[in-house]
Amino acid sequence: MARGPAAGPRAVLAYLIRRLFAAAVMLVVIILVVFGIFFLVPRWAGVDPATMFVGKQADPAAIEAVRQKLGLADPIFAQVWEFFRGLFVGRTYSGGGDVTECAAPCFGYSFRSEQAIWPVLTDRFPVTLALALGAAVLWLLFGVAAGVLSALKRGSLWDRGAMIVALGGVSLPIYFTGLLSLAIFSYGLGWIDGQYVPLEESFSGWFGGMILPWVTLAFLYAAMYARITRATMLEVLGEDYIRTARAKGLTEPVVIGKHAMRSTMTPILTMLGMDLGALIGGAILTETTFSLPGLGQAVLKAISDKDLPIILGVTLITSLAVIVANLLVDLLYAVIDPRVRLS
Amino acid sequence: MTELSKSGAAVGEPVKDSPAPSAFLEVRDLKVHFPTDDGLVKSVDGLTFSLEKGKTLGIVGESGSGKSVTSLGIMGLHTAGQYGKRKAQISGEIWLDGTELLSADPDYVRKLRGREMAMIFQDPLSALHPYYTIGQQIVEAYRIHHKVDKKTARRRAVEMLDRVGIPQPDKRVDSYPHEFSGGMRQRAMIAMSLVNNPELLIADEPTTALDVTVQAQILDLIRDLQKEFGSAVIVITHDLGVVAELSDDILVMYGGRCIERGPAEKVFYEPKHPYTWGLLGSMPRLDRDQTERLIPVKGSPPSLINLPSGCAFNPRCAYADVPKDNVTRTVRPELSVVGSQHWAACHMTQEQRERIWTEEIAPKL
Repeated sequence: MARGPAAGPRAVLAYLIRRLFAAAVMLVVIILVVFGIFFLVPRWAGVDPATMFVGKQADPAAIEAVRQKLGLADPIFAQVWEFFRGLFVGRTYSGGGDVTECAAPCFGYSFRSEQAIWPVLTDRFPVTLALALGAAVLWLLFGVAAGVLSALKRGSLWDRGAMIVALGGVSLPIYFTGLLSLAIFSYGLGWIDGQYVPLEESFSGWFGGMILPWVTLAFLYAAMYARITRATMLEVLGEDYIRTARAKGLTEPVVIGKHAMRSTMTPILTMLGMDLGALIGGAILTETTFSLPGLGQAVLKAISDKDLPIILGVTLITSLAVIVANLLVDLLYAVIDPRVRLS
Repeated sequence: MTELSKSGAAVGEPVKDSPAPSAFLEVRDLKVHFPTDDGLVKSVDGLTFSLEKGKTLGIVGESGSGKSVTSLGIMGLHTAGQYGKRKAQISGEIWLDGTELLSADPDYVRKLRGREMAMIFQDPLSALHPYYTIGQQIVEAYRIHHKVDKKTARRRAVEMLDRVGIPQPDKRVDSYPHEFSGGMRQRAMIAMSLVNNPELLIADEPTTALDVTVQAQILDLIRDLQKEFGSAVIVITHDLGVVAELSDDILVMYGGRCIERGPAEKVFYEPKHPYTWGLLGSMPRLDRDQTERLIPVKGSPPSLINLPSGCAFNPRCAYADVPKDNVTRTVRPELSVVGSQHWAACHMTQEQRERIWTEEIAPKL
C-alpha cells in the first residue's frame, strides 16, 4: 500500500509533464501506424495510391504528376518525415508543373477535394465538440439522476420503468431514434426546423438545429450512464463506510448526496472521459442522421471517396482527443480518489 | 425447569410492557427478522439484557449468531442499506436512558446516533470513507451534533487523535485512511466514535481485522477510555479471550438467542452451557500445554430460517445423548438460574453439567 504525504502541486506538475511526454510519444506512434496502414497496404494490395488520388481513368502522365507532387515515389520513411515536417513548418507540394502551398500545421493535402486538411478539421471540429459537450451535459444530468433514483428505489415501479427505458435507449441505434425524433418533432409537429445553422449566423437557429442531435445522442448515453450509476450506487450503498456515515447520525440526504455520490462519481467520470474522447473523434451516426457538418460526417464522406489524407487527419485528431480526455480523467481521478498516487 | 414462561420471567427478567427500566440500557425480547426469498431469517430471536453506565458487556458467538445484528438494531441501523429489499422486522423494546428507541421517531434516534450511542466497526479500512481525510471525517461527526465552526471542530479532532495515541496528531489529522496502519486506523475510528462523548459505545469485533500485536493495545485503549468517560460499552466478538479480559458481564449467543449470561469470571471459569465449553475448548491459550490439540465445536452454525426444534445447539452438542428426565426434547430450553446473576439455557440438570464440567471439560482446558 502506498504511503506518504498527499500529492502537492509540484507532484502534479511533474506528473503532468511525464504524461504529456508520454502522450507525444503515443501520437508519434499513432502517426506511424496510420501512415503505415494508409500508404503501405495499397502497395501490398497492388493498388497505386496515386490512382486513388486521381481516379482510375486518369492518364498516366497525370498519375505520374501526382506521384511526384505528393512524394508517393519516395521511400516510406521520407514520406513520414515530410509529413512530420509539414506538421510544424508547413509543406510545399510541387510537381507536374504546379505548386500547392500547405501552411503549418499541414496535416496533408486532399487531391480529391483540392484542399489542405487542416482547415477542414478546424471547420468541422467545433460542430462535433458542441454536439459531444452538449449531449454530455444532458446525459450526465438525466442519466446519473435516473440511476441514483433507481438505486434508492430499487425494485419499485420507477426503477423497473427507468431500467426498461434505459434498456431501450442502449439497444436502439441512433439512426432509429434520430430519424424518429426528426419525423415527430421536425416533420410531424414542426416544432423544430432540424437544419444545422452555424453559431455565427444565429444562436437560436444553431440551438434549434442542435437540440434534436443533443437529445438523441444524450438518450443513448443517458441510458448507459443510468445503468452504470444504478449498479455503482447500489454497490456503494452496501459499503461499510456508508453504514459508518449513518452511525455518526448523518441525515439520509447527506449520506447519499455526499458520502455515496462521491464514490459513485469515480467510475462515471472515467466513462465520461472515454466517451467524450471517442465522440469528439466523430459522432458519425448522429452527424450523418442530422446532417451536421462535423468530423464524423467528413470522415464518412472521405471513406466513401477513398480520400486518404482526410481520414489520416481525422484519425490523428481523434487520437489526440482520446489521449487528452484520458489525461484529464487520470488527473481528475487523482483529485477525487486520494489513493491514486501520481507516480 | 419446564415451568418457565416463554418470556423467561421466571428467571427474574423483565416482562414486556413493564414500565421504563432503571438500567441505562435495557433490551427486552429483541427480535430482528429479515424476510428473504427462502424464508424468514430470525437473526435475533428474543434477546433480553441490561447494561449500566461504566460497565462492559461482552457479547460472544460465532458468525451468524446474531451478535452484530443486535448491535445494529440498538443503533437503529438494521434496515440501513436495504434499498428495495423487504425491510427487516424488529420488535421488542430497547430502552436507552429511559427512552424506548423502537417506538421513537426515527429522526430522534438519528440524532442520538453518534452523540448518545456510537459504534466502532470491525474493519476500520472499509468503515472509513476512502476519499475523506481522517480529520474531515471526525470533524463531520462532531459538527452534526455540535454547532461549532470548522476550526473548533478540527481542534477537537486533533485532541481526540492525541487522546487515542496517534503520534503527531496535528499532522496526521490531514492523512487519508489508507495512509494509516491498521492499528492507527482503528484508533482513529475510536477517536471518531468518542468525539461526542457517547454514553453507550458499541464495539463490533474491534480487533478482528487487526494484527495480533496491536489487538491488545486497542483493547487496553477501549478499557482506558471507558474508565475516563464512564460510558457503557458493548463489545461484540467471537473471541472469548477478548471479552474475558474486558467485560464485566458476558452474554453468549447461539442461533439468535442468548444461551448463557453472567459475570465474566463466572462464564469464563465456570461456564454452564455445552456451547460455552466448546468456545473455551476451541480457544488457543498460552497458559496451557501446547501439545494438546484444540477441540473444535463440531458442525456448522444452524440455519436461522429453520432452527432445530428444541435446543438449537442439540445437533452439535457433544452431550445431546445425556439422559434428560422430565424434558420434552422438542421444547426449547429457557434461560434458568445457574448461579448468582448467572443464567444458562440447557436441558441437562445442574448436577449433570457440574459433573461433565469437572470430570470431562475442565481437565482438558
